[in-house]
Amino acid sequence: MWVWFHRMASPPSFYHGAARWIPWLGLLALGLFAHGLYGSLVTAPVDYQQGEGYRIIFVHVPAAWLSLFIYTSMAVAAAIALIWRMKLAEIYVAEAAPLGASFTALALVTGMLWGKPMWGTYWVWDARLTSELILLFLYLGVIALDQAIEDKRLAARACSLLALVGAINVPIVHYSVEWWNTLHQGPTVTKFDKPSIDMAMLLPLLEMALAMNVYFAAVVLMRMRNELLSRERHARWVARILEPQA
Amino acid sequence: MNWSDFLAMGGYARFVWPSFGLTLVLLLVNALAPWLRQRRLLNELRTREFRARQEKSA
Repeated sequence: MWVWFHRMASPPSFYHGAARWIPWLGLLALGLFAHGLYGSLVTAPVDYQQGEGYRIIFVHVPAAWLSLFIYTSMAVAAAIALIWRMKLAEIYVAEAAPLGASFTALALVTGMLWGKPMWGTYWVWDARLTSELILLFLYLGVIALDQAIEDKRLAARACSLLALVGAINVPIVHYSVEWWNTLHQGPTVTKFDKPSIDMAMLLPLLEMALAMNVYFAAVVLMRMRNELLSRERHARWVARILEPQA
Repeated sequence: MNWSDFLAMGGYARFVWPSFGLTLVLLLVNALAPWLRQRRLLNELRTREFRARQEKSA
C-alpha cells in the first residue's frame, strides 16, 4: 500500500491514474443521482408535518454534509502540505476550496428556501446558520489567498495555514444545533440510537449524499489534473503528453 | 399521481423546484468548468510546444 501511495504521489502517475478513475466516478455519480432523485421526488413518502416541502432535505443536507466533509479533507491535506511539502496536497487544498465554497453556498441557499415556508423567514442569525456562513467565508479566504499570491508554493503555505486554523469551525457547525437553542432542527440521522427518519426517506437521502461525494471526487480529480499540468508545464513528463501521437 | 400534482409539490413548488434546479445548475457548472479549462490548457501548451520545436529546427 505504501508503494502504491508513494507512486501515486508522483505527478505523472497521479495525472494518468486520475484519468482512469474520473470516467468511472462520473458514471457512478450519474447513476446514483438518477436513482436518488427518483427516490427523493417520487417514492419517498410525504412528511406528516411539512408535506411535500420537506423534499428540499434531499439536496440541502447532502450539500451541507459535503461542505463540512470537503473542509475537513482540506484541513488534513493542509497539514500534510505544511509538514511534508507534498505538492499534490497543496494542489488539493487550492482545488477543493472553490467546490467547497459552492456546496456551502448551495447549503445556505437551499436552507433559506426551506426556512421561508417552514420557519416563516429566510434567515435567522442563529448558531448553525452563522457558523455555516463563516465556513463560506473561510473557503473564500482560501480562494482569495491562492489567487493573491503569485508564488504557488508560498500561496499553498498561506492557504494551508488558513485551512488548518479554520478547521476549528467544523465541529462548531456540526454541534451548533445541540449546543445552542435554535430554529434549526437537531440531528435526525447522525444519532447513536436509531435515526428518527423513515427508511423510505433515509435511503434516498444517503444515496444523494453518496452521489454528491462521488461527484466531488470526480470533479476535484479533474481540477487537480489541470492544475498539475499547468504548474508542471516545463517538466519532461508534460512534454511527453503533448507530443503528437503518431 | 399526475404531472400537475407532481409539479405543484403540495403548494411548495416555488421552494422545492428552485432548490433542485439550483443544485442541478451548480453540479453542471462545476463539472463543465474543469473540462473547458483542460481543453484550453492543452491547446495552449501544445501551441507552445509546437513553436519551441519549430524554433529548434529553424
